[in-house]
Amino acid sequence: MTLTTTLIAGLVLGGTYALVAMGLTLQYGIARIMNLAYGDMIITAAFAAFVVQALPSMNPLTGLAIVVPGGFIFGYLVYVFLLSPLVKRAPDKATLEVDSILTTFGLLFVIQGVLLVLFGSNYTSYTFLNVPVSIFGTTVAANRLIALVLALTIGLMFYALLTRTRWGTALRAVAVSPQSAKLVGINTDRAAAVAFAMGTALAAAGGTVISMYQTFTATGGVVFTMKALIVVIMGGVGNLLGALTAGLVLGIVETTVSTYLDPGLTLAATYTIFLAVLLWRPEGLFGRRV
Amino acid sequence: MITTFRRLSLTVLAGTAALALAAMPGSAQDHPDKVKIGYAVSKTGANAGGAAMTTIPNYKLWLSDLEAKGGLEMPDGTKIPVELIEYDDRSSAEEVVRAVERLAGQDEAHFILPPWGTGFNLAVAPLFDRYGYPQLAVSAVTDKAPDFVKRWPKSFWFLGGGHDYTNALATLLADQVKEGVINSKVAMISVADGFGIDLVTAARPSFKEAGLDVVMDQTYPVGTQDFTTILNEAKASGADTFVAFSYPPGTFALTQQAQVNSFNPKVLYLGVGVGFPPYGANLGEKAEGIMTLGGIDPANESNKAYRERHNEVNGQYPDLWGSVITYASLQMLEEAIKRVGLDREAVSKELSTGTFETVLGETSLQDNQLRDLWLVGQWQNGTLAGVAPADRKGASKVKLPKQPW
Amino acid sequence: MMVAFSFTALAAIFAALAAAPFFLGTYGIGFLLGLVGYVTLASAWALFSGPTRYVSLATVAFFGIGAYTVAVLYETLPSWLVLVVAALIGLVVALLVGLSTLRLAGVYFVIFTFGLAELIRQLVTWYEVNITGTLGRYLFVDYGPEVVYWKLLALCAVTLAIGYFIKRSRWGLALKMIGDDEVVAEHCGLPTARVKLALFAASSVIITLVGAIQAPRWTYIEPTIVFNPTISFLTLIMALLGGAGRLWGPVVGAVPLFLLFEWLSANFPDHYSIILGLLFIAIVFVLPNGVLGFFEDHWNRLRARRSAGSNEPSQDKEVG
Repeated sequence: MTLTTTLIAGLVLGGTYALVAMGLTLQYGIARIMNLAYGDMIITAAFAAFVVQALPSMNPLTGLAIVVPGGFIFGYLVYVFLLSPLVKRAPDKATLEVDSILTTFGLLFVIQGVLLVLFGSNYTSYTFLNVPVSIFGTTVAANRLIALVLALTIGLMFYALLTRTRWGTALRAVAVSPQSAKLVGINTDRAAAVAFAMGTALAAAGGTVISMYQTFTATGGVVFTMKALIVVIMGGVGNLLGALTAGLVLGIVETTVSTYLDPGLTLAATYTIFLAVLLWRPEGLFGRRV
Repeated sequence: MITTFRRLSLTVLAGTAALALAAMPGSAQDHPDKVKIGYAVSKTGANAGGAAMTTIPNYKLWLSDLEAKGGLEMPDGTKIPVELIEYDDRSSAEEVVRAVERLAGQDEAHFILPPWGTGFNLAVAPLFDRYGYPQLAVSAVTDKAPDFVKRWPKSFWFLGGGHDYTNALATLLADQVKEGVINSKVAMISVADGFGIDLVTAARPSFKEAGLDVVMDQTYPVGTQDFTTILNEAKASGADTFVAFSYPPGTFALTQQAQVNSFNPKVLYLGVGVGFPPYGANLGEKAEGIMTLGGIDPANESNKAYRERHNEVNGQYPDLWGSVITYASLQMLEEAIKRVGLDREAVSKELSTGTFETVLGETSLQDNQLRDLWLVGQWQNGTLAGVAPADRKGASKVKLPKQPW
Repeated sequence: MMVAFSFTALAAIFAALAAAPFFLGTYGIGFLLGLVGYVTLASAWALFSGPTRYVSLATVAFFGIGAYTVAVLYETLPSWLVLVVAALIGLVVALLVGLSTLRLAGVYFVIFTFGLAELIRQLVTWYEVNITGTLGRYLFVDYGPEVVYWKLLALCAVTLAIGYFIKRSRWGLALKMIGDDEVVAEHCGLPTARVKLALFAASSVIITLVGAIQAPRWTYIEPTIVFNPTISFLTLIMALLGGAGRLWGPVVGAVPLFLLFEWLSANFPDHYSIILGLLFIAIVFVLPNGVLGFFEDHWNRLRARRSAGSNEPSQDKEVG
């Protein structure tokens, strides 16, 4: 296997990681919510996509038009009803962290339980666009390539939103200092709600794309939360481009280890790198926050 | 504990009791007024996917069959309704142990059905033994079954051991090599978890003895979804046979990625999941020729009827490896109770020595193990036909090489 | 007087618990065993995380190390020596981890500890697969659950005693300072790093021992069974529910939650997750300072109102 093949396979794998992680980085970086139910939101979207694509004249890609706005609304409601009260009452950052971990942990169980009742605990999958595409002589699956393309598009789009618009500047102000943001007349609660909802919408997009090529179960959310967290921390909390880059890097690392070392060590390698980054650069590989 | 079944069983109970009283006064006096059947199984957590495919639907089906029949039949012909007690072990070993302690010690269940998975069946085996419950361990693949039977005489092992499956596969492959259909090179991968490791450890000597040449032997962690690098390597290895001892998510991913990468080994053998009905349904024509563990005799009518009823009750068809055997084990239990009553000692003995008519055909155990198993199955004409052992009644002939995607 | 009375009452409770297996069936023993196991885990967790406010998810890493040590060594060494070895391994890992991570703060520490548990699980899996060639290990012992229970009960008593003495010693004061404000504590000349490290090590060794003692219950040991992340989460929730900053907090949290889990899994096997999740959320909203904190607050307020008459209700002075 050549180096290019490894690189391309890694990029395609990393595209998924990046896509999934960008939503979490928005939620944690701007809304300041450590969302442990993030992976379960992804799984919910996967199930939603599974249902939608089975409707007549629908496919998972057109399904995005339903699932992503659905995710936004769901995220907004979760923030307003579950999280906003906690943010308002929290005396300091540490308290909010513990409270949000506990609440979203509860939410994780609720989502999982509802999915179990609705869909059972079976492995679910369907096939879509499982056709080969050749890039520089390397064959990749079209559905996985979509994940990469979507990740890049969404990442750059949101980055542009955050850096080029007034509204994005307001969100960034909230991320940097919620107190001062209030002073300049920004409705921080509203901004955080929108950021959280956007994060959930990204999770929904990720879940839809993942459902196109991956088997999922109602109880499989934790894996996604963990992977997303790793990427978020590596990229620097709240840093969209960081998450994008870190996701791609992680994909390349995994395929490289799998090719040249031992497929049995891919996960061990992931965690080692992650722990190393945490120890030496807790602010993330890519420096400062948004 | 409070399930619809329990409520339903009460009406059944009332009906049966009235009938019994009217028809044969006094004949049912030795029997309890209901038989308590309990189980603890993973409804949530990491094991839930497997349990929801192989174990829970068959328990449900059996209980609904019993309900339709009016209960468990006793040797004197009385039918006693069943009360179901179920716990969720949440995929935790401590929970499953405690739940079985509860079923045996607290609820005083008449019979306890086993949990899902090799590890959990072993975790509860000492308890079943201490309390004298027969343990019909189905979803457990282990080469140590003969040792376990010595240690726990009332334990029954239905799914064979890794060596059984790999020896059968090795024999089948060696024959194909002799006939010149495939070369003797084998590329092999396995998931780094109980099942994958057991199978691959058994496969190494099996393949060596059969004169096969293992050119690739790798293990990947649970949860791996991207097999591109592995498939590329297998492709480059020049092996005609690709064997993956995989779990369902891996099996599905491998199948899809093999198509994308136009990976067309002449023998494609994958692990758990190939026997799941959605697998065949999703792949359609493309499934033809793929091999795995398990299978069925396509001509067996009672098996066909079972699959239809499974679909009626559970809204899904059974998988074609563990499910069929799970249901057969329950039929054996039912029949044994019919022959000797609720005495667990006698039931165990009957299970051990008797011959039963089940969805597998005529079934009996040797040394408390089910030895008449379909060890290799192959998708043929839309069903997973058992192809090895080739001399077993109802065996289909293996069709190789597998056609390209 | 009060203290002497409390000690006598405690001794009586532990004596009753120790005698319980003679009067209970297997399920009763198994139930108490599970309960004492979680009480010990939660108390050990709070030993470190309570005063320092570091939320650790590494519980299962040490728990699994303990269980695996037993599975590897139980045939070659006498059982007490196995426990000693397990404790030593736990200690070494805890010191290594502690030295390298205790400067991480907040959520970084949470995530690090979770990653650590996963990393250890992956490494054990890889080692078993590639070096020993098997994954599951069989663990046959000739003693029943009551022996496991007694060992756990003893460990539980020791854990609570350690917690008590730390609180009463000069360390307790130092810890309170670190928990309140680490920078100030450092300026006062407290060796914060060493104190935290020692606590982390003590807590981890106890958790390792819980794993080592409980392992023989399962007959079969494999990474997915002993490195089950749920154990970390449940421990954390129990301690936080009761109030991790107080000696009896974890106990007060673990007992009702354990009873609740048992009741839910028996009565609502299909809706267990939903109800559990809603309860968690309710706990955060209704009891933000844990059960003990809730009662103390109310008690203080009541007293304040009584003594101060028409004065404003006193501000909450309790920490944690």
